[in-house]
Formats: sequence, C-alpha cells, structure tokens
Amino acid sequence: MSNPINLLLDIENEISNKDHSLFRDSMVSSIYKEAESLSTQFVMKSDEKKYNWDEQLDNILTSKIFGYPIMFLLLGLVFWITITGSNIPSSLLADFLFAIEAHITTFFMNINAPKWLHGILVLGIYRTLAWVISVMLPPMAIFFPCFTLLEDLGYLPRVAFNLDKLFKKAGAHGKQALTMSMGFGCNAAGIIACRIIESPRERLIAMITNNFVPCNGRFPTLIAVSSIFIGSIVASQYNTLVASFFVCILVIIGILVTLGVSLGLSKTLLKGVPSSFTLELPPYRKPQFGKILYRSLIDRTIFVLGRAIVVAAPAGLVTWILANVFIGGESILSLIAGFLQPFGNLIGMDGFILMAFILGLPANEIVLPLLIMSYMSKGAMLELDSIEAMGNLFIANGWTWLTGLNVMLFSLLHFPCATTLLTINKESGSFKWTFLSAIIPTIVAIVTCFVLTQIVRLIGLV
Amino acid sequence: MGSNCKSCNKCILHEKFNIKAEQDELIIALAGNPNVGKSTVFNSLTGLKQHTGNWPGKTVSNTRGHYTYKDKKFVLVDLPGTYSLLSNSIEEEIARDFICFGKPNATIVVADATCLERNLNLALQVMELTNQVILCINLMDEAKRKGIFIDIHGLQKDLGIPVIQTAARCGHGLDDLIDAVYHMALGNTLTNPKKIIYEEKIETELKKLIPRLKPILNNKLDVRWVALKLIEGDLTILHSIQKFLYDEISLDTHREVACFYE
Repeated sequence: MSNPINLLLDIENEISNKDHSLFRDSMVSSIYKEAESLSTQFVMKSDEKKYNWDEQLDNILTSKIFGYPIMFLLLGLVFWITITGSNIPSSLLADFLFAIEAHITTFFMNINAPKWLHGILVLGIYRTLAWVISVMLPPMAIFFPCFTLLEDLGYLPRVAFNLDKLFKKAGAHGKQALTMSMGFGCNAAGIIACRIIESPRERLIAMITNNFVPCNGRFPTLIAVSSIFIGSIVASQYNTLVASFFVCILVIIGILVTLGVSLGLSKTLLKGVPSSFTLELPPYRKPQFGKILYRSLIDRTIFVLGRAIVVAAPAGLVTWILANVFIGGESILSLIAGFLQPFGNLIGMDGFILMAFILGLPANEIVLPLLIMSYMSKGAMLELDSIEAMGNLFIANGWTWLTGLNVMLFSLLHFPCATTLLTINKESGSFKWTFLSAIIPTIVAIVTCFVLTQIVRLIGLV
Repeated sequence: MGSNCKSCNKCILHEKFNIKAEQDELIIALAGNPNVGKSTVFNSLTGLKQHTGNWPGKTVSNTRGHYTYKDKKFVLVDLPGTYSLLSNSIEEEIARDFICFGKPNATIVVADATCLERNLNLALQVMELTNQVILCINLMDEAKRKGIFIDIHGLQKDLGIPVIQTAARCGHGLDDLIDAVYHMALGNTLTNPKKIIYEEKIETELKKLIPRLKPILNNKLDVRWVALKLIEGDLTILHSIQKFLYDEISLDTHREVACFYE
C-alpha cells in the first residue's frame, strides 16, 4: 500500500496552485466575515465618539490620501528643526574647540616640540575630533530626541503600516518597513532587527537593502552638504527650509531605491512570494519626556558620538600621515587621489572625495572630516569655524552643485560601513551575502552618480 | 523514553512537544493573540509551578505549568501568541501542531474583550480543529471602561462552545474558567462548535475530498479540517502529519516539500 502522505500529496496536487491561492484567499475572507458578523451581532459599543479618537487619528495617519504627505511633512519638520537648531551651537562649539587648539599649539611651540608631533597630534587627531564633535553633536542632540518622540508617541508603527503595502509589492516582507526605520538610527541595528523576519529569503532582502536609508552617521553629511549647495540656491531666509526639504527628498530616494532593489532581488537572486503578517497598531501613548531625553541623549547621541570619536582619532592620524609623507615631491594622499581622479571625475566627484569615502569605511561619520583634512593639507589653510567656511573650502576645490549632489547621492547609496558589514556577516553567516551587501549598493551608487553626471554635462548645465 | 508505547499520546507529547505529563494528568492548551493577557491567565492558574524550555528544534519557548482542581491534576501548556493558525510563522505552526497532534483535553482561547472581532478569527480557526474549546474573553474590566458590552450568552449559544468572561488582572472569572476546563476535560461538556460555511466551490470540493480522506486518516485527525488544508494548498500540514503520525515512514516528497520553503 502506498504511503498515506503521498496519497495526501497526490490529492493536494490535483488542485492547481492558482486555485489553491484563490481558495485560500476566499477561506481567509470567510473566516474574517464570520468574525465580523459575530462581533456586530454580540458586541455593543456605547459612547463611541468619546473613545474613538485614536481610531480616527489612525484613519487620518494611515489613510491613502494623507498617509504619505503627513509622513513627509513630519520628517521634513524634524530635519528643519535639526538644521535650524544646530547652526548656532555648532559654531559655538567650533569656536570653543578651535580656541583650545590655538592654546595647545602655543604650548607645543613653547616646549619646542618637533613639528611632526604637533602635526600628528594637533592637526591630525585633535582637529578631526574637534570637527566631528562640533559638526555632529548638535544635530544629533536635536535629531534623536525628535525621532524618539515620534517613536514614543506610537507614530513609527503607523509609518510601517503605510509602507507595508509597498514592500509587499516589491516581493519583500512587510516587516522590512520596520527594519528600514531602525536603519535610520543605525544600519547595524537595522540589520540585527531583521531577525524579526522569519523567512530567510525576505530577511536577506531586508539586510542587503537596509543600507539605502541614511543612518545617523550619514545624516550630518547630508544635512551639511545640502545646506551648502542646495540651500544656497535660494534667498537666505529660505535656506534651511529648502535644505531640509532636500534631505527629505534624499530619504525618499533612499526608500525608492530600497524598494527597487528589493524588487530586483526578489525577481532574481532571491525569488519567492512575500509571506503575510499581522501588524498590531499599539495605542497612542503620552510620551515620557524624561525617558525620551535619557534614551536619545545617552543611548544614542553619546553612543554614536563615542563610536565616531574612537574611529575618527586613528583615521585622522592616518590621513595626516598620508598627507604629510612625500614621495617624489607629492604626498601619498595626493598620489592616491590623483590615481582615483579620472574615475572620480567620471561620476561627478574627485579623487579626494572617493578616497574619503574609502577611508571612511570604518564609520561614515568621518567622511567629511577626512575630506576637509585632505583639502586643507593641500595648502588651502583657513580657519574652519562654520558651515560657510566649509562651503568656501569645497568651492575653492572645484565643487559645483553637481559635485554636492553626487556626494549626497553617493553617501546615501554607497557600501555600508565596516560595522554594518561585520553585522551582516554574523547574521547571515555567509561571506557571499556579505560581499553582495557591499557590492550591490556600491554599483547602485556608482551607476546613479555616473548617469546623473553624464546627463547634466551633456545638457550643459554645469 | 518509553519506547514500547510509541503510539500513546503522553509519549507523543514528551517526544515531539517536550512536555512531560503523568498518565493521570489532563492536558490543557492555552492559545490566544499576543497582548491579550494570556500570560496573566496562565500565571494565575498555575502560580509558581511552571517549567520553561523550547519547542523541540525551535527557538520558540515553551512554558507549561501544573495545577490541581477537585482532585484532578492538570498540565497547562502556554502556546505562542498568534493571530491565526494559518501557519504563516513558526509560532502559528507550533500552536496548530500542538492543538492538532498533541490532542489536549481542552483548549482555552484567550481573547481581548476590547477588540473581540480580531480575536474571534483565531477562536474560529481553533474551533475548526477541535471540539474541545473554551473561549475566555479577558480584559472585561477594560472593555467596560471603554463602554463595550458583550452578549456572552448570545455568543456562547451561537458559537456552540463555553464562553467565560474574565478580568485576569483582578482575578475575576478565573474560578468559572477553571470549572469549565474541568468539566470539558472530563468530557462532561457537550459542545457543537460552529463551523464556517465556505463559498460553494470550496464546499463542493470538500464533499468530494472528505470520503476519500476518511480511509487515509483513519480517525486520527478531523477530516474536514485536513481537507480544507489540502484545498488551500498548505504543505506544512503534510510535513506535520508525517512528523507526528508517520515518523517511521520515509517521505519521498520530503525534498519537494522542503524546496517549497527555501
């Protein structure tokens, strides 16, 4: 006699896959209808208006018409507050830290310290650190509490709800909307969060594409470059408004690329159907401000800043050495940059920028500081105490708005930082997927910048 | 392990579900959506007599507790919180397999009174799987505060299973629940769970399949339910039938089934 399981399998196979899924949908909807009719029959609600404000709020926040615009506006508002609010403290901090630098320099001169020691310690390490702190601390101290506030209010699950449908259409898991949101904080954290996705196929998609949303390490870069090159297009009173609007656009581009690459992966390397899940919208809660401040300032700001400092100090050292060791009249830095220059030019940037991105592999936070140091070591010495000064430095080095745009796009789309890659390796347990997670974003970034640059140059806008 | 009684239910429980129970102990499963106070019910029934472990081969934790009521010993098994039994996730599969193959003497479905409709989905699915179901509508205190009123008697009559209202946080209704469980586990309660009538095409398909399945399943499983699973193309159920009922027979479609999930 034949195996009973095989008999059952034969019976199952008599029905086509298409019918299976039609039947399944119909069965699920029958169950839901039954539950609905039972509930209307036996559950009575009194005083609906009084208790339903949260349901009504949900209807607006997750509605088809208002859902996305509200998301966009809230995100823009957070960026605007961050950019506006961090300008003044940033320059105060910079003034303070560079004043200290002057004192240290005097001290070094008084004790007759060798020039190279001063170079390594002050111009290399201290300056990079001062830059990282003054540029990153104020935006983070504003951005994180705002973001945590949205989280605490219960808005983030609504965002995930809004995005869920899009991810399904991209052949990915709806929960990817959540892991993506985590990525705004830190991509490595986003990768770990991918554990909530059970299907290995969908988890890999979520892990590979997590990098396409800017993390905290990259937001300062985006915000700074956007203020310099996009904000300055309009009159100064609209400066920050336009800059924050543009960072929003970048975030949306990042989400679109996430969806696009997810779709591509689910059609090629990671074929399959998306599995469904239930997302419970938790009740809105009164935010606990003490907790928000603690969580966002201690857990996030100090953590990210600490990591940036730990990475920035040695990176500053290495960069200074590269910039000050000369081979045949040219510094190593210039030699590498010169080598990368043709390729950099092809995608609308230059050799120094590419090198900064490569040296910034340990942490995206240090890309701008490294770049500034490279430019300054070329001889264009100036006091770097404000965003304008940074803008002038960039323009003096041949940046146009196209360069700025490319830097932002490249920063948004390029390979993840070393921490994220290590996390991917640990979570996926496979070198192949780690490699793909590095190479896919890099290709996307290069192609995007290349196409944009060539089109703009062809039309003759620059 | 008692290798000479492979077929007895307690051995299946031990070997396949990692649940140890004495021959005279009655097995009660506790199902429910997440965040409905399932753990509160579990803790108030079992107190500190709890054991935790994992479901065999899974990273989902498995908690069971013991209690005694009217000279009868009970083992209460806390199933993972799920919204359905459609086997979309490991948790749903575990819950389904336990109710289906662990053959508990009674299954309690804990529901949230403040959003009963959503919770009924799970209850209706459990009712398709077993007759031994009790619906426990929890969080009645919160529902009252929100101005929600539930016609318990009407619901009980319509569903054809015992419906108990509780507010586990303040201990209300738990005595009724224990009592209902006791009577059901001893077989004193006659239930007639409401079965969902599906669209005509599916019902016709069911009529064709049920007579064919009867000799294959040999009364080991609910025929209508298995037929429904086959109609919707759920291959995980075949996997589970193989795993829990025919362990010794090798499944030559094993690879095919596995591929489907990779």
